[in-house]
Amino acid sequence: MSRRRRLPVSLALIAPLGLFLLIFFAAPLYTMMSAAVSDPIASRALPGVGSALASWDGSAAPGPDAQAVFARDIRSIEDDQLFGDLVRRLNSAKPGFRTLMSKTRTALREDLKANDLVAIDERWSDPAYWQAVKTATASTFTDRNLLAAVDLERSPAGDIQAMPAGISANRTTLARTFVVSLLVTIACLLIGFPYAMIAASVEGWKRQLLLGAVLLPLWTSLLVRTAAWFILLQDNGLINSALMALGLSSGPVPLIFNRTGVVIAMTHVLLPFMVLPIFSVLIGIPKNLMPAAASLGAAPIRAFWKVLLPLSMRGVVSGSLLVFMSALGYYITPALIGGAQDQMISSVIAYYATGAANWAMAGALGIVLLAATIILYTLYLRLASDQQVQP
Amino acid sequence: MNVLGFSKVVFGLAAMLFLLAPLAAILPLAFTDSVFLNYPIASYSTRWFNELVTADVWRRSIINSLIIGFGTTVLATVLGTLAALGLRRQEASWLFAFARTAFLLPMVVPAVVLGVGLQLMFARYNLANSYLGVIIAHTVIAVPFVVINVSAVLQAIEPRLEQAAASLGAAPPTVLARVTLPLAAPGIISGAVFAFATSLDEVVLTLFVAGPNQRTLARQMFSSIRENISPSIAAAALIFILGTIAAATVLNVLRRYRKPARAVS
Repeated sequence: MSRRRRLPVSLALIAPLGLFLLIFFAAPLYTMMSAAVSDPIASRALPGVGSALASWDGSAAPGPDAQAVFARDIRSIEDDQLFGDLVRRLNSAKPGFRTLMSKTRTALREDLKANDLVAIDERWSDPAYWQAVKTATASTFTDRNLLAAVDLERSPAGDIQAMPAGISANRTTLARTFVVSLLVTIACLLIGFPYAMIAASVEGWKRQLLLGAVLLPLWTSLLVRTAAWFILLQDNGLINSALMALGLSSGPVPLIFNRTGVVIAMTHVLLPFMVLPIFSVLIGIPKNLMPAAASLGAAPIRAFWKVLLPLSMRGVVSGSLLVFMSALGYYITPALIGGAQDQMISSVIAYYATGAANWAMAGALGIVLLAATIILYTLYLRLASDQQVQP
Repeated sequence: MNVLGFSKVVFGLAAMLFLLAPLAAILPLAFTDSVFLNYPIASYSTRWFNELVTADVWRRSIINSLIIGFGTTVLATVLGTLAALGLRRQEASWLFAFARTAFLLPMVVPAVVLGVGLQLMFARYNLANSYLGVIIAHTVIAVPFVVINVSAVLQAIEPRLEQAAASLGAAPPTVLARVTLPLAAPGIISGAVFAFATSLDEVVLTLFVAGPNQRTLARQMFSSIRENISPSIAAAALIFILGTIAAATVLNVLRRYRKPARAVS
């Protein structure tokens, strides 16, 4: 069949999977992202207030016209659920709205002609409350959650500023995720590079054995491997028993529910992703280069630095990117082996989504993690395609 | 043996110990008689395998894993094989290059991120806490493996075989059914095995989209390690590892079959 006649057929063949992934892969990611940036509650509950406050300068409480619009909108909220959502939304921007709003609503419902809000509650003369109402009703989108994901917030005047210390620990979690991923990548590199070199330098059954030792864990269930490390690392586990039997330690060394355990177990899980790319680059390097360097007078270490390392750099970088990228999004191993102080960004996202039902924050942190992963993956792809062009 | 050679052997053995010891350590514990998941093993018994098949939570989770794994395998293999056939010999087109990259993206996106999105969306469309929902979620991350495996085997098929069939009067559907698909069968089967294995091992998406009635074996192992660790974990792990070895054997046999098939052609 000619390429031209094949095209409709090919399109029809990829269409089912394309549609499936559009609906169940792209759309969920979009839903997650829009949950992070959409903020429709205040605009829906108070439809007239947004335009009424648009020209307000923010120096003092707004004039009687704008206050009348606000009073009218509050009176016409029939749905208690919507009112509750509105109060929660405003209270999260400025504490105090909870009492203020219920008092105001009761008063406005009792006296249908009252439009002077300051007479109902003194707090309505404070522009800060009006500023919160204005911000909430101005747009159905918000950057609040995205800023909160990196511990930032907007001041009443609208400038971006750091959150007061102690309110949110997202930056700490992000930094910890980065540090743990980096430690795991370095550990994988320190074990994986020499291992790949040895595997590439031998042949026959020895190479099969070395590669098999990498592939068997790769094929084994992640949960099985994590359970295995749980058994080995516990206080009365095999490693501690061995250390104490050898007299290297008098009591159990704390290996589980801390950073050490997480790094050890994650290194084990991700090591194959470092060994395999490096190995595949190393076997492509001509065998006679190192003897050539030696015959020209280079000491083994110098030959390694000047010849082997630069040539294998591509595998090293691919492997490191792959390991680092996978480590960033890791959930199961830190959740089971780590303590409360070792939880990474995935655990915080899972907490917001399944524990706190705060999908806006889960989505915002999800965007941060997704962006980091996509950037690293793009780098990896670019590297991989370079490899094909220049073998 | 010189120093370099000796240190190579020591390092290689140490690294292999690091890679394999955890797997070796967990298996004997499946046969312990004690309630603790620890060494030394005083006496041996198969009580934990009994526990797996008789205790309600474990038995249900095994059945759930089989139902969901089977559903995922069928859905992912059909969608992935069709897509691989469509992507074939369209390397020049940017649209197909884009599709190829996009079809592999589910492997890259962190499971937690996808889990949050699926949870939000399934709640809207009444798919939360249903078998269909879990099967769909597992299929999203299993399908790239089918696309990769089937694409690889299709690339190796000699185009002249199909041209010959067509020149002898076979209509395109006949060529597909009688020539292309039989030659691609090993790739399709290994894709299906990978899809089943992916579903079997999946925890994170299951945590987000499954209800208590769809608790899978992996999910049950996860909460059991977290809440009340017992040797039933080791027994479940043994089943997993035996399954892995069986799958690896199937894949190896298929790989051996693939070569003679081409040699005959």
